[in-house]
Amino acid sequence: MSDFTPNIQVFCCHYTSQQTLAEGAEGLRKDGFPASVTINRLVCGGKLRVSSLLAAFEEGADGVYVVACPPDKCHNLMGSQRAAKRVGAVKKALAELDIEPERIEMFHLERGFHPEFVAVAQEMDQRIKALGPSAIKGDAK
Amino acid sequence: MIVAERKPINEILGMIKDAKRVLVLGCRGCVTVCSAGGEREVEILASLIKVGRKKEGKPIEIIEGSLVRQCDKEYIDSMDKWDGQYDAVLSMACGVGVNFIANLRPMVNVYPAVNTSFFGGSMDQGVWVEQCAGCGDCVLHLTGGLCPVARCAKSLMNGPCGGSQDGRCEIHRDVPCIWQYVHDKLESLGRKEQMLALAPIRDWRSAGHGGPRKVVRDDLTV
Repeated sequence: MSDFTPNIQVFCCHYTSQQTLAEGAEGLRKDGFPASVTINRLVCGGKLRVSSLLAAFEEGADGVYVVACPPDKCHNLMGSQRAAKRVGAVKKALAELDIEPERIEMFHLERGFHPEFVAVAQEMDQRIKALGPSAIKGDAK
Repeated sequence: MIVAERKPINEILGMIKDAKRVLVLGCRGCVTVCSAGGEREVEILASLIKVGRKKEGKPIEIIEGSLVRQCDKEYIDSMDKWDGQYDAVLSMACGVGVNFIANLRPMVNVYPAVNTSFFGGSMDQGVWVEQCAGCGDCVLHLTGGLCPVARCAKSLMNGPCGGSQDGRCEIHRDVPCIWQYVHDKLESLGRKEQMLALAPIRDWRSAGHGGPRKVVRDDLTV
């Protein structure tokens, strides 16, 4: 499994990803941001749709996660709570389909704290590497 | 509105296990309002089916569509633009929509993607509650506008029963006793004496116990 490079898609809100995106690709690499993670920026977690999360899996993601503001400190009040509910819905659907629900996760982070943003990316990279390729890709099992 | 809820994805996948091309058909009526079978839910179900089938190693072709309503012939006719492009239709409308497609398109394999739950309304965001049983002989003028048929666990016409405790129903402790509510409301409106009137034995034929019901309006038929 060591040669497996996962395809991980992160959907993050404008506020929690600000600092990370300011680093630029080179800076991110230096900080240890995994190459397996692709950043998809949203204006707010509340803008995230269940279908976008599912589409990421359909299109070949081995793992998907969402980063948005702390539930009680969302810049747009309820956006990150809505995002968490949608992640929960996909988690439940994956479990129903007998696909590891850990392939999707929600993280609530303070805005602008870059090391934490990198840390959750590393956590997901490790988790998905341990799980192996997604069965949805059709080439697993 | 008619309130519905999507069936478990594995039940849906079981219905269409032999199909290679499926039309997932939403309805822009009640099921859109209750977020069970509108365009957004079509998109989600289509994705779930594709993910589920991909996992089984049996990819599937999905057409996503929706009709203004699935309970009128004129709108069912607009399905014809997808003729020849699917083996099965998954209707996300209420049971009326599934029946209409089955009635009007006898050669189409149509399956229900939602469970039709009840006639109700949204009390809080994401919470729907039954309010009307569609019994065909409305008594709301006698009960302060509160329906004992739909909202009393025993559908009592002369309530409350002896199981009404502290304003709660003995069958479901989290549900208010509707007859207590009727009493309190009539009292606050100065109409409490209405509670003393005995409701006669009810003729339930209008509630569907006499077979499928029909409404005919002579002024509208041509």
